[in-house]
Amino acid sequence: MGRYVIRRLLFSLLVILIITLLTFVIFYVMPPTDPARAFAGKQPTPEILAEVRDQFGLDEPLFKQYGRFVHNIFLGDEFGWPGLGFSFDSRSAVKDELFKRASVTLQLAIGAALLWVVLGVSIGIISALNRGRLGDRAAMGFALFGVSTPVFFLGYIGLFIFWQTLDVLPGTGYTAFGEDPGQWFLHMIMPWAALALLYSAFYARMVRGNLLETMSEDYIRTARAKGLSERKVVFKHGLRASLTPVVTMFGLDFSTLLGGAVITETVFNLSGLGSYAVTAVLGGDLPVIMGLVVLASLAVTLMTLVVDVLYAYLDPRVRLA
Amino acid sequence: MTEKLLEVRDLKVHFNTQDGVVKAVDGVSFSVDRGETFGIVGESGSGKSVTNLTAMGLINKKNATISGQVLFKGRDLLELGGDDLRQVRGKEMSMIFQDPFACLHPFYRVGDQIVEAILAHDDVPKEQAKKRTLDLLRAVGIPQPEERFRDYPHQYSGGMRQRAMIAMALVHNPDLLIADEPTTALDVTVQAQILDLIDRVKTEFNIGVILITHDLGVISEVAQDVMVMYAGRPMETGTRDQIFNQPLHPYAWGLLESIPRVDQKGTRLLPIAGAPPSLINVPPGCAFHPRCPHRFEPCDKERPEFVDRGGGHPNACHLSPEEKRRLWDERETRRGAKV
Repeated sequence: MGRYVIRRLLFSLLVILIITLLTFVIFYVMPPTDPARAFAGKQPTPEILAEVRDQFGLDEPLFKQYGRFVHNIFLGDEFGWPGLGFSFDSRSAVKDELFKRASVTLQLAIGAALLWVVLGVSIGIISALNRGRLGDRAAMGFALFGVSTPVFFLGYIGLFIFWQTLDVLPGTGYTAFGEDPGQWFLHMIMPWAALALLYSAFYARMVRGNLLETMSEDYIRTARAKGLSERKVVFKHGLRASLTPVVTMFGLDFSTLLGGAVITETVFNLSGLGSYAVTAVLGGDLPVIMGLVVLASLAVTLMTLVVDVLYAYLDPRVRLA
Repeated sequence: MTEKLLEVRDLKVHFNTQDGVVKAVDGVSFSVDRGETFGIVGESGSGKSVTNLTAMGLINKKNATISGQVLFKGRDLLELGGDDLRQVRGKEMSMIFQDPFACLHPFYRVGDQIVEAILAHDDVPKEQAKKRTLDLLRAVGIPQPEERFRDYPHQYSGGMRQRAMIAMALVHNPDLLIADEPTTALDVTVQAQILDLIDRVKTEFNIGVILITHDLGVISEVAQDVMVMYAGRPMETGTRDQIFNQPLHPYAWGLLESIPRVDQKGTRLLPIAGAPPSLINVPPGCAFHPRCPHRFEPCDKERPEFVDRGGGHPNACHLSPEEKRRLWDERETRRGAKV
């Protein structure tokens, strides 16, 4: 098990290197914008451009630039470790801004994930146990609503009702937890709910389907034949088997969110990774793009590893070697 | 002195489906004594499993119409509510199934699953339940039970899984063990071991056994009484000797002629023409008549009653006893079993 995890971690490193290389090729070698021009401001003189190129090493051979990028990531640069360079746009270290925004996105993702897992799984169970009856229909109606309502619509409706009309929640924006926990919570509630609704709808449908399928398995019949109570049959025997695919799904969804929830962040004016990425791509802020890619690929590879380890724990038939 | 454990009277189980009413079980009656192995034989879809799942209360009553009586030690199980029935299930009456791989939960240790069966009805300390589990694993022939206790089902072989299932079924010394095709998924050599084991526990625990199978060979080895089912109905019930040596129903004849027998070397194997009917559109009259070579006038109109026409050998056929004796002799001679 330990060896497996170490091997997987090394493999993750390789994956991240490949991803950064690809990103590097896309943004530096086939540039949609000239990075020096983006940095130098409006109507730069050729002298300024040359100076900028020299300062950031943009005139060096590409492999040398990429080598420096990798070197900085592992060993740090003048702004500390990991070295992610200097943002053309904000003219400050990428690292600080990235970490600040990552913390906002992380809070958004964790809160929403808690909400959607609890909601999705319980709605799925209720639905499966009442198959074809009113509870099931209501739950699946909710799921259809959730799946088909985009966040930008739901978010604005929510803001309109709870902020402008009822005035029970503060508007958009972000308050740090350290500053005022109450305000932090009130500010995060709507983004969490808006994001969670979509996912909980997906999860409810998935849990319902899986549980229904599991409940027709032979080992469920065995559990009943033993004389176990229906509650035990469903929750101990049925649910355990039907939740393992949900774990896989969750790992993927959660790690994708860590790369930024662009729409939610925009609607609720949260300065997270998603909006950061959009600005960086549009402005040709190459170091920021590279930093975001590193972070996102790290999140995905790590979550995949966590899911694999968890899966082996949940399903003894999966052997890790 | 025999004690009647289970008596099924005119059991009917009809499922309401979108395509129509599926008459999975349509008027089945039989009884099982303590210390006896009662064999139920029939093709796939003849209603043998549904009959017993109904007795165990494992049929979802929501989409099924169930009528008749299932008297177990004098109580009608069909009238018991969910919780009372649960008390019977796994305690006084237990069941093992066809595919032992699919029947054990893949995520839990085999030992823990058996312990769970003990704790379902007995409020004993876990240690005691574990000790009993180990004793039972040993009793059903699982080597090194202490280590095997901690194994997961996928680490067991097919035969061992079925042994574990049997151990699980025996935890509360039940009165009746229902074995639904217990050997179908197993290798032939393992089949014999499992049948021996079932036979041994029957004697040791002094219980009644219902053995459901489509394999007449299995029946001939262990059953004392046999019921032949077709399209949800009993065709013939009798002792093993009666069924194998003087069968009275053309369907039973067909079954017997389609299997090789060690005591009748050199005879021809004759398949039964046609296929079993859909249980939604069961043929009128006798369900077997479209495939029966001896059908005559009333067969496609009147459903023959399942009655004992003497000799403790009830069957459902319009042919007269004399006629049957003549036809069976004729068939046996033609096949070369009789010279």
